[in-house]
Amino acid sequence: MSAAALKKQFESMLGASRPSLELAPSGIPEIGLPRGCLTEIIGPASSGRTSLLVSLLAAATAREEVCALVDAEDSFDPVSAAAAGVHLPRLLWVRCSHNAEHALKAADLLIQGGGFGLVAMDLGDTPPRNAHRISLTSWFRLRRGVEHTPTVLVTVARQSNARTCASLVLECARERVVWSGARGTSQLLRGMRVRARSKTCSPVFTATAI
Amino acid sequence: MFACLHGNGNLTALAFEFSPVVEQTAPDTVTLDASGLDRLWGLPQDVAAAMARRAAEIRLKANIALAPNPDAAICAARGFTGVSIVPQGDEAKFLGPLPLAWLAPSPELLETLESWGIRRFRDLAALPPLGIAERLGPEGLRLRELARGEAERKLVPLEAPLEFEDQIELEYPVDLLEPLAFLLARLLNGLSARLATRALATDELRLRLKLENRTTHERTLRLPVPSLDTKAFLKLWQLDLAAHPPEAPIVHIWMGMNPVKPQAAQAGLFIPLAPEPVKLELTLARIQAIVGEGRVGSPELIDTHHPEKGTDAFFSPPAKNASVPFLVLRRFRPARAARVALASGQPGFIAAENIRGKVLEFAGPWRTSGDWWTTNPWARDEWDIALSDGALYRIYCEPRGWFVEGSYD
Repeated sequence: MSAAALKKQFESMLGASRPSLELAPSGIPEIGLPRGCLTEIIGPASSGRTSLLVSLLAAATAREEVCALVDAEDSFDPVSAAAAGVHLPRLLWVRCSHNAEHALKAADLLIQGGGFGLVAMDLGDTPPRNAHRISLTSWFRLRRGVEHTPTVLVTVARQSNARTCASLVLECARERVVWSGARGTSQLLRGMRVRARSKTCSPVFTATAI
Repeated sequence: MFACLHGNGNLTALAFEFSPVVEQTAPDTVTLDASGLDRLWGLPQDVAAAMARRAAEIRLKANIALAPNPDAAICAARGFTGVSIVPQGDEAKFLGPLPLAWLAPSPELLETLESWGIRRFRDLAALPPLGIAERLGPEGLRLRELARGEAERKLVPLEAPLEFEDQIELEYPVDLLEPLAFLLARLLNGLSARLATRALATDELRLRLKLENRTTHERTLRLPVPSLDTKAFLKLWQLDLAAHPPEAPIVHIWMGMNPVKPQAAQAGLFIPLAPEPVKLELTLARIQAIVGEGRVGSPELIDTHHPEKGTDAFFSPPAKNASVPFLVLRRFRPARAARVALASGQPGFIAAENIRGKVLEFAGPWRTSGDWWTTNPWARDEWDIALSDGALYRIYCEPRGWFVEGSYD
């Protein structure tokens, strides 16, 4: 019996008694992230995944939740984040100096500590080879740590690393870059149109630069 | 038995060395309950000698008097220099030669007594109490009791200064963290218990380690909120000492806690969950031990337009509406040095670490400069570019060369 058939059978057995997940608003219509679960935001460079993450942080800090960002590659830009509406005093920023292993340990400690509305682990610039070295056991530990808590655990990476441990995978793809003005003289980067695909929906949002 | 110290200097500290019940009678007079001291030193003379010895050691000049009641001791200390012992039952005889002014009567009463020729304690003590009550009233009777050394009253005790300190002198030097943790736990438990009995908590812990090489290693832990969580304190000390180990084996441990009122705030029912402060402090200390000092905290914006000044703090434009996603920059720290081929004065081709491609679109240059009024002025031209590798970057040119600052994502 295939895994899909097993899953279908299992879900039908649970029926209506299966509790629905509480979704945390992301600041983008149609996108809600399940609490107590691991969500992966994946995509290549300039695909809008960091814009989506910052939008999540802005929405969470606007709800007065305390958030943590574990930055594996020291790539977080506070100016952009503040401009996007992130309330910086409610954000804990952990800089891991290009060390994915440290990022994993720090994320684990933050989740075990509890009390955070959102814990994000940014592996966006980590080479895929290094990110893939993180064992499934580690991802499973993170998933178990966040289970039955109101915390949203998010990872940003180039490709999916957590595999079956992730409850939701949002794959970002850039549709087009919006420029304005005449090319070569008064051109201006206006923003980027991004499509975020998941199994259930594929909303489109525009990340504006100005 | 009561003792009185009359003189200058820190008399209170001296008095607390001998008794927990101390009264600050006047700025220059301290009275203490000396009952029970005879078991330690023996006769009252020996008790007084011990006090005099200690006063001399700390260079304090004071008259010392011991008497069966506090007021007789006060009168004796004020009236006689050096050490005085007022014998039980002979108080009136002993205090007799003192002038009445020591009793500080009201000016009118003093004038009346002087007009009667009563100038010394013994003169007043010899008068019949009924006659004094008829002529001078209650104040006169009170003065007569004092003059006879018969006044009985309770001391108004001074509260001992709250100091929560403890120390351990080690028989053998300790150079490992694990055995030290046991000793620290002992000190922490004792101090926390003392704080708890007074319904207090602490927001600052101080540790002073005397080392074998005769130097001192001092550390301080500051907590965001007052707490009494000894397990968290011990873990914080372990992490702190692991990050800042003493340079030689430890021979003496001193620990102090700053007493403060515990935080009595209840979280609101509808307020979002936040990390428990002491637990968060512990988590941060643990993360700091992994990623290094100064790499954990909240980002802060500083008032400058320089994009690279400071590592985690920048001037910010006004925040946008949070409901609209904002195109954010992923910074390369440090900025990647690039080789740029120009076409008609604009970037045409870029090559940097892990970045290589033809410039398809660009916007710029955006010219910025600042700090020209200082010795470190800066100026740069920025471009937003779309590269043939599919990504959007921000590049800039400054006198040192070309750099890729980050990618838009």
